[in-house]
Amino acid sequence: MIHRECGVLKTTYQADMALYPLPIARWAVGALAVIFVVVLPLTLHEYYLSIGNLVWIAVIGALGLNVLVGYTGQVSIGHGAFMSVGAYTAANLATRLGSPWPVNLLAGGLMAAAVGAVVGIPSLRIKGLYLAIATLAGQLIIEWTINHVTFISGGVQASIEVPRPRLGPIVLSSQRQMYWFLLFFVILAIVATLNLVRSRIGRAFIAIRDQDIAAEIIGINIFRYKLLAFAISSFYAGVTGVLYTYFLGIANYEQFQITVSIDYLAMIIIGGLGSILGSVLGAFFVTLLPIVIRLSMEAFGDVLFSPQTVLNLIPNLRLMLFGALIVFFLIVEPEGLNRLWRNIRNYFRIWPFAY
Amino acid sequence: MRRFLAIVAVLTLLTGGLLATGPTQAQQYKGEIVLGAQCDRTGATQIVGTILCPGFHDYIALVNSKGGVEGYKIKALEIDHEYKVPPAVESYERHKKEGAVSMSVYGTPQIYALAAKLTEDRIPGTSPGFGSAAAADGTRYPYIFPIAATYWSQGAAAVDFAKKQLGGSLKGKKIAYIFYDNPAGREPIDVLQDLAKLEGFTMKEFAVPPPGVEMGAQVLDIAQRFRADYVIAHLFGGAPAVSIKELKRVGYPLKKVVSFVWGSAEANIDAAGGFPAAEGYHTMQFAGVGQDYPVLKEIRDMYQKQGKPAPKEMASTVFYNRGVLVAALHVEAIRNALKAKPDGKITGQDVKNGFEKISNFTLGGLVPPLKITATDHEGGGLVQIWQVKGGKFEKETDWYSAYTDVVAKHIKAAAAK
Repeated sequence: MIHRECGVLKTTYQADMALYPLPIARWAVGALAVIFVVVLPLTLHEYYLSIGNLVWIAVIGALGLNVLVGYTGQVSIGHGAFMSVGAYTAANLATRLGSPWPVNLLAGGLMAAAVGAVVGIPSLRIKGLYLAIATLAGQLIIEWTINHVTFISGGVQASIEVPRPRLGPIVLSSQRQMYWFLLFFVILAIVATLNLVRSRIGRAFIAIRDQDIAAEIIGINIFRYKLLAFAISSFYAGVTGVLYTYFLGIANYEQFQITVSIDYLAMIIIGGLGSILGSVLGAFFVTLLPIVIRLSMEAFGDVLFSPQTVLNLIPNLRLMLFGALIVFFLIVEPEGLNRLWRNIRNYFRIWPFAY
Repeated sequence: MRRFLAIVAVLTLLTGGLLATGPTQAQQYKGEIVLGAQCDRTGATQIVGTILCPGFHDYIALVNSKGGVEGYKIKALEIDHEYKVPPAVESYERHKKEGAVSMSVYGTPQIYALAAKLTEDRIPGTSPGFGSAAAADGTRYPYIFPIAATYWSQGAAAVDFAKKQLGGSLKGKKIAYIFYDNPAGREPIDVLQDLAKLEGFTMKEFAVPPPGVEMGAQVLDIAQRFRADYVIAHLFGGAPAVSIKELKRVGYPLKKVVSFVWGSAEANIDAAGGFPAAEGYHTMQFAGVGQDYPVLKEIRDMYQKQGKPAPKEMASTVFYNRGVLVAALHVEAIRNALKAKPDGKITGQDVKNGFEKISNFTLGGLVPPLKITATDHEGGGLVQIWQVKGGKFEKETDWYSAYTDVVAKHIKAAAAK
């Protein structure tokens, strides 16, 4: 039985430190990688890939937010604003200096990290809901700045067009090309986060989340690690903003408003706080569920109602169903989709010989 | 429980069957032309979408009931995007997959987000009354069509109107510009400042921070400190109603206020306390107001023939008529494209050319006599001013545009950037 843990003997340090020690996990991850990297993009219509692209952007953002909220326990409602910092940094560099996208991507991420660290300073003194309000202030201040400082926003319209990213001679513009472009960064982000949370830094984050006074007593520099958490999380957000900008070809003020921050918080809460798979599942869930609900209602709606009524009904029903499903999933498993998946997995771990 | 479920299932099937076997279309079409429409019926601007979108679909249904366009049926797909950007991207790709040759985009961030894709895919997209004013330049944005007065043209028209109201000269006058503090609200400021220099009036800006329900201080300043001779308002959502109430409260005469197109609907007036409360308020319109247009009568007749009452949305004429206008211009562009290619195999590019041939298509006065060309995608920036008077909107001016040279200068400067 390949899914059994017994008999998996770790005889080297490398084997002990592998990301996926179980053969079944390695195979499953490999198979998923093949499906997402090769099979889906080569078989699906561009429309489905465009949905995929929206999911990928959400995955990176959700991973970043989960590092801060899930792993370090610092609530942030400023994620959308950090995305805009990355987006406008990259857009300004691209249009003013004409620098290539890898430079802009890095610069956008670093700028967002710097701003995030500044916004995170209050976290040293305040916690929980109070910190949420402080980051909310950060969100509003950044929004205000972009709206009013034309040096940053590139004019009163606060939108800057960027050229499509290039890979050598290829201009990445179609949804299919974008799919691979974005997926590359998703894989990078997932692997980076997996390694981050089991490193010294990640363990310090978890210690701070669980009990920051205890963490300080065992020698963790709270000041440094809290700001580091904000910086890393904002770096992810900045990168998300840059990718979003390149995906759409424009950085626009209204793409990064407070509702975006709330959406990302929803993703990680539904997916599961403090879990990488949870971030991914949450991003999938929040992005795909409205689309799936709509597609199925379009298929059945005409049977019951006139077309005009259906048009009015679908969006409202979709909102209600979406809300109801979120409540349902959270009641079934308050710890999110990740926990739901772990319960399923644990059941099959000893299947069919459960006690 | 099981019996209950069975009853429900049977009832569902029965009603479904009854409704599905409605009047069937006997008409034969040569084929179908797909039109992609985005809408916001549930998001931040649902006050507009829930009325505008039915207007859009009613016009398409009317066209189809009369045999379609050049013998082709128009299939208008609609997706609601809640005024969010990612669903708008998804909706655009979905419509593209279904073969849409023309896109009715809704919302400023959405048209910005889709601008690059529309151009790459060569599908024309419209942004009536929102989006970037610079998109009026057809050479810079070949596939974006504002097809209605942009905020720059609205600003110019508002100043011109104020000038006429104040006796033909603005020299030494004071004009207050109260606006929603977002990019759309700030867009006309440059044009207004230019005009202030040109006409010699003092312009002062009063920003209303989102969500725009708190403007007591600004209005008090306008009325009692700045003592404006005229007020130009550019507010969205619930804010126009608040501005009417506040201006009334401080005793500022509403007949010295002109509002941009998104503070001009029945819904705004109703929220401000009804038509009697807003007596005198001037509103700017890019589509005709009221029910006295032949096309609206045709829509009512169409419903009557089907044995249904006219939709209640028709009573809210400002947004409804705008929906009709948007649909009509899309249909007209498709008609022009089909005239050029009678085989019906039209692409987005053909529809773009069709849009650029629209000229003097007025739909009995509901649509301004736009002249859209390859360089001017705005079509002239025409507006009408309607005043709240005696319980309804009363037309004050015919279609006009003003200071077109100043607006053109700004469009040119934006294109050069």
